[in-house]
Amino acid sequence: MKWQSILSDCCGAAAAEHRFRDNVCVTIPAKSLHRVLSRLKNDAGFDMLIDITAVDYLDYPDAADRFGVIYCLLDTNSGQRLIIRVLLNEPELELATAVDLWRGADWMEREVFDMFGIRFAGHPDLRRILMPFEFTSYPLRKDYPLKGRGERHNFEVITRAES
Amino acid sequence: MPFEVSELPAIDSESGVAEHEYLWKLNFGPQHPATHTTLRLILTLDGEKVIKAEPDIGYLHSGFEKLAEDLDFNQYVTIVDRMNYLSPLANEISWHHTVEKLLGIELTPRCRYVRTILAELMRLHDHLLNVGTTGLDLGAFTAFLYAFAQREKIYDIAESASGQRFHGSYTRVGGVLFDIDNAWVEKVRDFTKGFRRAHSDIDQLLSRNRIFIDRTRGVGVLTRDDAINYSCTGPVARASGVVRDLRKNEPYLAYADFDFKIICASEGDSYARYQVRMGEMMESLRIIEQAIENIPSGPINVAPEGKAVLPSKPDVFRSIEGLINHFELIMPNRGFDVPVESIYAATESPNGELGFYLVANGTNRAYRARTRPPSYIHFSVFPHMIAGHMLSDIVAVLGSLNIIAAELDR
Repeated sequence: MKWQSILSDCCGAAAAEHRFRDNVCVTIPAKSLHRVLSRLKNDAGFDMLIDITAVDYLDYPDAADRFGVIYCLLDTNSGQRLIIRVLLNEPELELATAVDLWRGADWMEREVFDMFGIRFAGHPDLRRILMPFEFTSYPLRKDYPLKGRGERHNFEVITRAES
Repeated sequence: MPFEVSELPAIDSESGVAEHEYLWKLNFGPQHPATHTTLRLILTLDGEKVIKAEPDIGYLHSGFEKLAEDLDFNQYVTIVDRMNYLSPLANEISWHHTVEKLLGIELTPRCRYVRTILAELMRLHDHLLNVGTTGLDLGAFTAFLYAFAQREKIYDIAESASGQRFHGSYTRVGGVLFDIDNAWVEKVRDFTKGFRRAHSDIDQLLSRNRIFIDRTRGVGVLTRDDAINYSCTGPVARASGVVRDLRKNEPYLAYADFDFKIICASEGDSYARYQVRMGEMMESLRIIEQAIENIPSGPINVAPEGKAVLPSKPDVFRSIEGLINHFELIMPNRGFDVPVESIYAATESPNGELGFYLVANGTNRAYRARTRPPSYIHFSVFPHMIAGHMLSDIVAVLGSLNIIAAELDR
């Protein structure tokens, strides 16, 4: 089955297709995400999840929504690629996990959670992965400054005599 | 003799582990000679058998993706360099491949050939280190010396092209920093002549070495379905029977012009990954040999009238057009003509599919530049591959995955 018919089945007119160079990106509503991904995997042959990432559209030109979560899919037999994008807004920063479809989604979702604070319902082990566990902000959000909020500078200084 | 995984006690990560009081925990890393870089594993062991391995990463996280949002397309190349430091130029080529695809720049034939040669040299560089140090970790010291002698020559070639041995920062949007000269071509020719011999030396030292085979065959098996399900690419996937190589499937640069094979294996164990890397080195050498004799003449950078590449210094100093072009690109309120779009593009780096998801907002800087790091994705498979093996197999599996912490943590 072709992916176009799967997307029109699951989302109807809500799926917006956008082509740029050789990339095909389809924006779909968040609630139908898991159904679309599982049908794309099982019926349309997109057997590999290349990447999951997120974008904070805070000061992006003409952007209405705050976050976009991007799923890059690949069909290893035909070599076809497809990008699925979901738009999210605060406070509902939650999506269904894709770990039950692709085990490779595990760490990718953990990184998105770590960097953007987007939660994945049903993920087996949703913890921070790159940042320390006690870190409180989400560093790749656009409202987080490049130089940080003083996490590095406010470490307690231990002198040689105290150590 | 193939290693057989025996039946394991069913263990639940929540409740089960506490019941088995004979299990013990071992901390591996973050500083350990066999990790080569900084990564940590928390191992749950039954005697010497690994029941569960929990990776703990982030020790080398330095916010590369955040920095990408503050540096322009040419400046960020210095950061990309430092991701996978075993193949720095391959990362640069991948990054500028994405940027050029976004801007719609068509490279000159000469530049495509030069970049292809450099990318393949970097593949040799990466695989030599990987094969050498895997042998080193498993007790075969000599192969390591042969591999490193060849790597030194690749450093020299990189140095005479870019002026820097390691982190060349050689590519630019629409071209490269300096054109190559005849001395460089001669250097690459010399290297290709000597490499076959060194490759055969390494091959003879390891490929039929009883100890090396016993330590790697049947260890860390990844089936084809698992390789696809866990998003593996590159040599790791090809050793499991996934016949996929972006150089063939989505030809970029000049790869369509050359005759080479995709090296695959079906066993999916550490030895198969070693064999795939050894085979790929020979194919890379063939590509280099074909490319170095056929480098097209002509300019290496795209024409400066396209306002994408910096004009040469004599042009800047001696002509008003050159000065204007230079000014247009350098001043912070000018720069490239960038569409408000996002794009994903990938190349076949030595470690697997290295892709960038680049979101552009019409300025010189990336709004978001996500790296798809093959090391990160391959390391997430590690707990699955090591479960049921012995403690000493960890170095064999880690070595065969080629985890580079700078790329893992970015």
